[in-house]
Amino acid sequence: MSAAKQQPAQAAATAAAAQGSVIRPYGDTTGDGMVQMSFTLPLPHDKKAEGAALQLARKMGLDPALLVHAKAMGPDFTFFVVYGSSTHLVNLDDVHVVEREYPLLSAKDANLTIKKQLRRKLVVVGACIGTDAHTVGIDAILNIKGFAGEKGLEYYREIKVVNLGAQVLVPELVARARDEKADAVLVSQVVTQKDAHIHNTTQMSAAFREAYPAGQVPILIAGGPRFEDGSERALGVDRIFGRGTTPGEVASYLVHEIGLRKGKKP
Amino acid sequence: MTRPHAMLELDPAVVRRARALARKAAAPVVKIARSHTTVSVERATLRLAGLAGADHERVPWVNHLVTAVRDEVGLEHGVTTPVYDALLRGEAPDLTTLAQKAASGNVSFRLPTGREATVARRAAAKGVGAGLRTIDRSRATRDRLIKRHGDPKTKPWIYLIVATGDIYEDIPQAQAAAREGADIIAVIRSTGQSLLDYVPEGATREGFAGTYATQENFRLMRAALDDVSKELGRYVRLTNYASGLCMPEIAALAGMERLDMMLNDSMYGILFRDINPIRTFVDQRFSRQVHARAGIIINTGEDNYLTTADAVEAAHTVTVSQLLNERFAKEAGLEDWQLGLGHAFEINPEIPDSFRMELAHAMLARQLFPDAPLKWMPPTKHMTGDVFRGYLLDGFFNLVGAMTGQGILLVGMMTEAVVTPFLSDRDLALQNVRYVMNAARGLTEDFHPPRDGYIQTRARQVLSEAVDLLDRIVTDTDAAGDAPLLAAIADGTFGLMKRPATGGKGLDGVSERADDYDNPATTALDAWTPPAKGAGR
Repeated sequence: MSAAKQQPAQAAATAAAAQGSVIRPYGDTTGDGMVQMSFTLPLPHDKKAEGAALQLARKMGLDPALLVHAKAMGPDFTFFVVYGSSTHLVNLDDVHVVEREYPLLSAKDANLTIKKQLRRKLVVVGACIGTDAHTVGIDAILNIKGFAGEKGLEYYREIKVVNLGAQVLVPELVARARDEKADAVLVSQVVTQKDAHIHNTTQMSAAFREAYPAGQVPILIAGGPRFEDGSERALGVDRIFGRGTTPGEVASYLVHEIGLRKGKKP
Repeated sequence: MTRPHAMLELDPAVVRRARALARKAAAPVVKIARSHTTVSVERATLRLAGLAGADHERVPWVNHLVTAVRDEVGLEHGVTTPVYDALLRGEAPDLTTLAQKAASGNVSFRLPTGREATVARRAAAKGVGAGLRTIDRSRATRDRLIKRHGDPKTKPWIYLIVATGDIYEDIPQAQAAAREGADIIAVIRSTGQSLLDYVPEGATREGFAGTYATQENFRLMRAALDDVSKELGRYVRLTNYASGLCMPEIAALAGMERLDMMLNDSMYGILFRDINPIRTFVDQRFSRQVHARAGIIINTGEDNYLTTADAVEAAHTVTVSQLLNERFAKEAGLEDWQLGLGHAFEINPEIPDSFRMELAHAMLARQLFPDAPLKWMPPTKHMTGDVFRGYLLDGFFNLVGAMTGQGILLVGMMTEAVVTPFLSDRDLALQNVRYVMNAARGLTEDFHPPRDGYIQTRARQVLSEAVDLLDRIVTDTDAAGDAPLLAAIADGTFGLMKRPATGGKGLDGVSERADDYDNPATTALDAWTPPAKGAGR
């Protein structure tokens, strides 16, 4: 800053940056860069540990760094709270974000949208296909108990869930999806050997394309920790969900996709 | 425990009516439980008889043996008579060998008659009796260790969770948690274990958001907590889950391996896991009988009702569930001190008077069940990821716990819904509990809600809504002529879920008992009575 004061051109740039595209954290004064953080070091609480905490803070870009609290947690760990001014700047022009193409909806909003768009319940058929007996994934998404604090799709009033469970054969899945007039089919593949998850999933999507007239195949979703991002096309499915997916994300996607498909049809 | 006086001035006639209705709702279901058996009850019986282990594909021998007997003579007579008959006929020298031969189809089972049946039953009673005696010995060991190390000095007991998926990671974490002040360690199970129709074997190092419940994991963790109990001079209790399709087996293993508390709710599996209602009630009665004999404290799951429904509108469903859980537990031989009936702090903090309502609900539970160690569960639904706000909310949760004399307090984490707690998060959470308990425990003496004030009125309202709901349950009917409680479960009275008695997972593992049904475990458990007061715990 002191250098900027001496050079008018740069001073103007800094002023522009202050209100424009370069930003720093805000404590209680514009441009102070103040942040607060807490962390634990695997060290007994002594002078050395406090020195280590300050050094870490400086390496993280806090200068000056202020150690405001240190507390032993048992004989081997110390907890720290540090305040300090961040030396880093963020140029907003360099901030690029990938927006999810659909909004995350609450259960209530998802229900409302389904009701409005379909005027009936959205039917979801789910299964673990092939030899996979691990229903962890499909149950986390479908069962009311849900996952990560979010309730499963069963919880949604406007979604009818048919969970076929484990080791379901593809023809059985297709038949049941037709019987239930499924809008969407979810298959889960947790455990895999020799790319079984890929074979099972492509076999499944091919069977659906064969059984349904073009353009009327239900939304096909594959879920599991081993699927590669962006391999939807290769697998013949509409969407892949990976590890950590919550029921809310799946519901929001379904609502979005149903909306798109509705829009396309006359 | 501070005994509340008539702080809420509830009408004793209404309380009596609530209990009478719960008894009426439970009775037909108990009758069903007594007249059916399940694959898991039979497998639990074989586990009591000492059959353990699994084949190279980790399918337990109890599963092989029950399947084989079932295929040949059915489940309805109980498996022990044909099993011990086969042993007596010299088909195999012991249960494990018999199960191995049965797995490859090299044994034929029959239903013996006359003297042969009597001899087989006598042998079965002797075999299964060994497991029951192991449970009795475990209970005696617990009593002895509590006497030696002592119970926690203050209530509520502090309940902390570990869940790494790896039992060898869980152990140091559990020991650290005990040193930090935890009185009870709960090992969360791997997601989805409740839907496995077998109990995994051995020490496990891989789980999904939790660690598999296995006999070996139970044994390892109990031994580690025994070490730390000795070090701390305070008996540290161990908790796991007797729920899901293998509830009776897990209960038997827990009893033998001296677990101290088990999560065991009468309807959780039906409503939230879509397990068949009959399967659940049959399995549940057996598991509760085992818990009663093992001196295990059960924890019920009423918190789940509030996470799926609005905590104000659904407050009375918690009371109804507590009353039903109490009834089913008492019928199975559990005593008041074994009833960790659940309730939770889940009212939206944005609504006015949310704290007053929480207080009213918690006092209602405390007063309805004065001798039960209620389990007080922290906020989860309204934890947003703002850890600072969450920390405050947990403080208010702790305050209600302090003011209402809860028996078991599950420590709330500010990282709820964010990450699994850091070491520091757990330390901060325990500081929160300690501060509030130190500062406000004595409030139970001073705090009496004014007559007909907000709290008293709210508590009475919830109780009367609970009575209304119980009334609807006992008069519920369906086309199939099911027990009213089953009809109520089928038409969606609880939570939002409709769970018909003919649906759900595990129904194919249920059989109606034949007239000659024999199961030495159920016979012994039916005949068992709790030790006289003072001789227990």
